Amino acid sequence: MNRITARRRHPLARYAVLLFALALLGGVYTVAAPAGQSADAAIASGKVDDVAAGKKLFEQSCASCHGLNLEGTKTGPTLVGVGAAAVDFQVSSGRMPAAQPGAQAPRKQKYPWVNETTIRQLAAYVQSKGGGPAVPSDDAVDPAKGNSAKGGELFRANCIQCHNFVGAGGALTEGKYAPDLNSSTPKQIYEAMVTGPQAMPPFNDSTITPEQKRDMIAYIVEVRGQKDPGGFGLGRIGPVTEGLALWVVGISLLVLAAIWITAKRRQKKS
Amino acid sequence: MSAKIGINEKSTVHQPSITETPKAIAGVSTYLDDRLGAGNFLKRNLRKIFPDHWSFLLGEIALYSFIILLLTGTFLTFWFKPSMAHVVYDGVYEPLKGVGMSEAYASSLHISLEVRGGLLMRQMHHWAALLFVAGMMVHMLRVFFTGAYRKPRELNWLIGILLLTLALVEGLTGYSLPDDLLSGAGLRITEGVMISLPLVGSYITFFLFGGEYPGTDIISRFFTLHVLLIPGILLALISAHMILMWVQKHTQMPGKDRKNTNVVGAPFYPAFMAKAGAYFLFTFAVTAGLGTFAQINPIWLFGPYTPADISAGSQPDFYMGFLEGSLRLMPAWEINFLGYTLPLSVIIPALLPLGIIMTGLALYPFLEQWVTGDRREHHVCDRPRNNPHRTSIGMAAISFYGLLWLLGANDEISAKFQISLFVTTIVGRVLVFVLPVVTYIVTYSICIGLQRKDAEVIGHGVESGVIKRLPSGEYIEIHVPPADDIADHMLGKRPVAMLPGAGDGEAEPEGVPPKALRGPIGKLRAKMSRAYGGEKVAIDDGHGHHDDHGEHAAIGAGDGGHSNDKK
Ligand code: HEC
Ligand code: HEC
Repeated sequence: MNRITARRRHPLARYAVLLFALALLGGVYTVAAPAGQSADAAIASGKVDDVAAGKKLFEQSCASCHGLNLEGTKTGPTLVGVGAAAVDFQVSSGRMPAAQPGAQAPRKQKYPWVNETTIRQLAAYVQSKGGGPAVPSDDAVDPAKGNSAKGGELFRANCIQCHNFVGAGGALTEGKYAPDLNSSTPKQIYEAMVTGPQAMPPFNDSTITPEQKRDMIAYIVEVRGQKDPGGFGLGRIGPVTEGLALWVVGISLLVLAAIWITAKRRQKKS
Repeated sequence: MSAKIGINEKSTVHQPSITETPKAIAGVSTYLDDRLGAGNFLKRNLRKIFPDHWSFLLGEIALYSFIILLLTGTFLTFWFKPSMAHVVYDGVYEPLKGVGMSEAYASSLHISLEVRGGLLMRQMHHWAALLFVAGMMVHMLRVFFTGAYRKPRELNWLIGILLLTLALVEGLTGYSLPDDLLSGAGLRITEGVMISLPLVGSYITFFLFGGEYPGTDIISRFFTLHVLLIPGILLALISAHMILMWVQKHTQMPGKDRKNTNVVGAPFYPAFMAKAGAYFLFTFAVTAGLGTFAQINPIWLFGPYTPADISAGSQPDFYMGFLEGSLRLMPAWEINFLGYTLPLSVIIPALLPLGIIMTGLALYPFLEQWVTGDRREHHVCDRPRNNPHRTSIGMAAISFYGLLWLLGANDEISAKFQISLFVTTIVGRVLVFVLPVVTYIVTYSICIGLQRKDAEVIGHGVESGVIKRLPSGEYIEIHVPPADDIADHMLGKRPVAMLPGAGDGEAEPEGVPPKALRGPIGKLRAKMSRAYGGEKVAIDDGHGHHDDHGEHAAIGAGDGGHSNDKK
């Protein structure tokens, strides 16, 4: 039987997927307050300390671009109403605080002070100023609970025109690009959908329901973790690298073989 | 046979055995002769001489990949269902379970993931297809740059062009069969190009697809084309190509004792047969190796085709890449006329580069004859440097093709190397005109430079590495004559033919030109003939003295290394 099929049917496979998901999630402690969309809610759920600490952090690292009251400046947009999800996505992926201006803030190495706690505090602070989409619960982004086949259909219909079949990424206009989805955590995938960072459109809950989002997360996580049954995946970007491999490996080897076959005789003669 | 064309064949390998037949052949041929009267035929043909230059093997890549294609393709037909009937997937691939798709796609998934050896066969089939086209291309370049297409081989050249064109169509139809999302993008573009044709576009499209795109017929129709019609024609044309090659015999690179009237090399049996057999095994090994270790066209990742979805990075296979590139390069122009729309943004990029390259290739032997007036037979090849204009035209065409090909991947280039997509397009639009011209000029200078180098080697010998000190204290390096085979190879150079009466070198002829060269076209023809033909740098056999006449006719850089020469 086929290798991947065999592996997928292995009784341990399910646990492996689960463990994988848990490992991704486990480190990230979340502000589990989906209902809390305002400062009142934050205060009510005992996050007042977070808000105060977040304000401090924000003033140190973010206000220079986003303004002391989140109103925005020439170098950064307003953050009123972007929500905790946007902050969690931007800061946990290393995009914020932005380093240098460019077409798009890239995913990058996080600063040493950035950790779950500081992210939670920043998110709580921004959330307290105008609300917005909250950080999803662990359950909402658990790939093991999604239906990858359904998610695949939604993914093909909504995402691949920018992110490519397997989330390998692609170019957009004006120097922008859709990044590959290989290093996004399930939570970041969810947050990207609800907040629509940069050139990406937001997919709110009426366009794609939370269950459908979980299905899509299941698809993305399953496909990117899959071992390529046909050998090296060649970056999984399709015919471009295949054509390159053909000329660089295939034709070169055959030209060398031709030279070798015909050169033998000449050596004997001389 | 040889008497007909007047070529004698000569073997340099088995000197004593030219006249006597090896036992292994003699036995078989006697046996067959007694029964079929075919012994003579065998005896004659098994002694057929094949040249031994490596570049003569390149065409065999295509031949052998074709055989691999037939074998692996047959295997695939045992499971493939060329049907667009709608099914719900219930195979082993979890992320597609319960998804609606065509039977063609479902059966391709079945072959890839469930049939034993199916994925290997599919991958080998696909790699062999790429190798088939690439093999034809490198073979064609060899024939072009050495002038091996010249009389009497023009017909075989045309067959070759036809083979390449058909191979592209064969590739396109095969690529569409699995009915996955990536191939669907290619199909959609094909439809777009067809429907953009003025007047007939919509009729042709409806005819091919059996109605509105995509319909329910196209996969089964492509299947028939792909496994029956086109392979049949390919097989017939390949046979014709081989028979003509056999009858006309090979060209050969210039060298010792190599004349228009002979072929120097190894006999078909046993030497060449062993080499050809080994080369088949090499081709097979490369195909199998790629098929095993390099994943190609992973259709399960692409998903089933629906016209509504499209992915970033949708590219065709490499041989269609230049069309993709030209499509991406083209500004969005269209003409609206009396309620009809002529989408120039599709017609021009789809048909113009293809037309330039394929028509140009097909006509080149005849255009060259027209310009040079050369109607002689040629069995000895040109070294590319010795026909600088042809080489430069070829390189310019390669740069044009190569640039379009590269730009077919501009989104991947943009994404991987962080270059703005707009920049690649704008730079591409300029380069597509500038690059061929620059390539032409640079190639021409290189050819002339190499010709000078040859002339210098023949005239003054090669540096021996021995430094001598003269009594005066001056150091000189001793030059020795080049090795015989190298000298013969260089001295095989012949001037490019020129129309009689076209003048010589840059000079216009004196007196009244011949009839064919009067009038504006005639004048142009004479001018082209003067530029294209003639000897740019004379190669002289005499020792010590440069042929000054040849020297001043030369264009290009450098002064031929006189400074080294202190005899
Ligand atoms: C150097 C200036 C700069 C700094 C410092 C900075 N940002 Fe930003 N930020 C930007 C810019 C520019 C954008 C919009 C472009 C982008 O997202 O790539 C942005 C976007 C955002 C967004 C997304 C807004 C939306 O509409 O979704 C969030 C959230 C955000 N920043 C949070 C922060 C936080 C939190 C910090 C501090 C840790 C921070 N930023 C520091 C410049 C900055
Ligand atoms: C119009 C193009 C577009 C579409 C459609 C789109 N995205 Fe995006 N996506 C982007 C861009 C651009 C970014 C980068 C944003 C940034 O860097 O601030 C991005 C970023 C992301 C990220 C973050 C990647 C990282 O580095 O962590 C994820 C996850 C993501 N998208 C998922 C999706 C999903 C899931 C869908 C489909 C529902 C989707 N995207 C649809 C353009 C798109």
